[in-house]
Amino acid sequence: MIATKTIQDKMFSFFNQIGDISFFAIRFFKEVFTKPFEWKELIRQCYNIGNKSILLVSVTGFILGLVFTLQSRPTLMEFGAESWMPSMVSISIVREIGPVIIALICAGRIGSGIGAELGSMKVTEQIDAMEVSGTNPFKYLVVTRILATTLMLPLLIIIGDAVALLGSAIIEYLKGDVSFLLYFNKVFDALQFSDIIPATVKSFYFGFAIGLVGCYKGYNCAKGTVGVGEASNAAVVYTSMLLFIIDFIAVFITDIFFEV
Amino acid sequence: MSQEKNIKTVLEIKNLNKSFGDNHVLKNFNLKLQEGENLVIMGKSGSGKSVMIKCLVGLMAADSGSIKIHDFEITTLGNKELNVLRTEIGFLFQGSALYDSMTVRENLEFPLRRHNLKTKKDLNADALVAEALKNVGLSQAIDLMPVELSGGMQRRVALARALILKPKIMLYDEPTTGLDPITAKEIIQLMRHIQTQYKTSSIIITHDVDCARVISNRILLLIDGTNYIEGTYSELSNSTNPKVKAFFKN
Repeated sequence: MIATKTIQDKMFSFFNQIGDISFFAIRFFKEVFTKPFEWKELIRQCYNIGNKSILLVSVTGFILGLVFTLQSRPTLMEFGAESWMPSMVSISIVREIGPVIIALICAGRIGSGIGAELGSMKVTEQIDAMEVSGTNPFKYLVVTRILATTLMLPLLIIIGDAVALLGSAIIEYLKGDVSFLLYFNKVFDALQFSDIIPATVKSFYFGFAIGLVGCYKGYNCAKGTVGVGEASNAAVVYTSMLLFIIDFIAVFITDIFFEV
Repeated sequence: MSQEKNIKTVLEIKNLNKSFGDNHVLKNFNLKLQEGENLVIMGKSGSGKSVMIKCLVGLMAADSGSIKIHDFEITTLGNKELNVLRTEIGFLFQGSALYDSMTVRENLEFPLRRHNLKTKKDLNADALVAEALKNVGLSQAIDLMPVELSGGMQRRVALARALILKPKIMLYDEPTTGLDPITAKEIIQLMRHIQTQYKTSSIIITHDVDCARVISNRILLLIDGTNYIEGTYSELSNSTNPKVKAFFKN
């Protein structure tokens, strides 16, 4: 009986949160098109989110490319198919692995940061102070951050993908004696628009999800300093789950339109 | 008598109610603030003081009742009108609430930027920031970050920020909480100085009896979300009512 009640409560809380996040998203779309536009803050957020994540994304991408190539090489060699390495690596990274891994990394770096920052602003009444001074804190803090993540994530993913391919090319050069020119020629021969466009489109949604959940958790944090930690943690967990759901939907839709 | 009639009421609360679930925080709360008056509100923690002050500036919506500031009914105002009215109100938060990602200068410029955007008038931000900081004795801290300031300095900067648009009404939420006695005295003196210089009417929420003694024209005791008693400091401190005495004994 108690277990049933607990499950019921958890289900209620889960659907309640989905409803709240949906209203939060609707409010974002309402506010994003109304004046005044917070251009300066948007640019500051783009700089913070983009510039400060480049190193992490590049290192992750580079190691991803290295490891992926090193792990795949023996299997391809077994079938005498090493020459397929650039095509295989580029298609996998550009279509799927790059966007998902980099979005997950960014969910940890950016989503938790937003959750903690807004949560701490909420707890220390900075958001209230903003409202009292005649500023719409939702517009100033939330809209700018969600827009910044939506705009910056595709760029970060493109950079991450490029660095991952560079890492892969280095391994091919060292282990397989394949020149960089030949490697990248093969990469560009293999990649189609149907690989790049859906991946780029879904990366905008990934960015939106990271910003939305991070802001929602931070903005609604209301349990003192413990709540800040919870907001930050929940932002990462919920965003990661949401990223996989978005990815599944994106792959499903891509399959319909591009017949993968 | 005729003098009393000329005193204008700048803020009036009638039958204010606010609940959180089953917890009725404010029950038919009433208040009147006269022009130039310093009204101190005292009460135990959880008696509804902070909730009341947040309802006053529209940070929380009241369940029922009326809040009038300069004859504008807050509870029915739209966001735009409320934001215009908020420029007439300065709010000093309990924990200072300085924006920790901005310097002191940017903290002070923030309300001005919003005000300029809304009124399309360009106020001289540099001069106003310098003046506000000079008034709180912190001109040298203009380019520091809030984290580099002591608790007392943060409170002064927050006060300067609240005053930058020269508000007619000041709301202080426990202005001396968390400060050492000397700094608390300095803040109280500063509040008195501000009242004289800016001719503000103030509502001060505090537990600090010293603060109430020095600054109040009138004290209102809030118990269980309702007006329990009100009077001057000497009236209440000499009261024989045990509930009132409990607040004023050392």
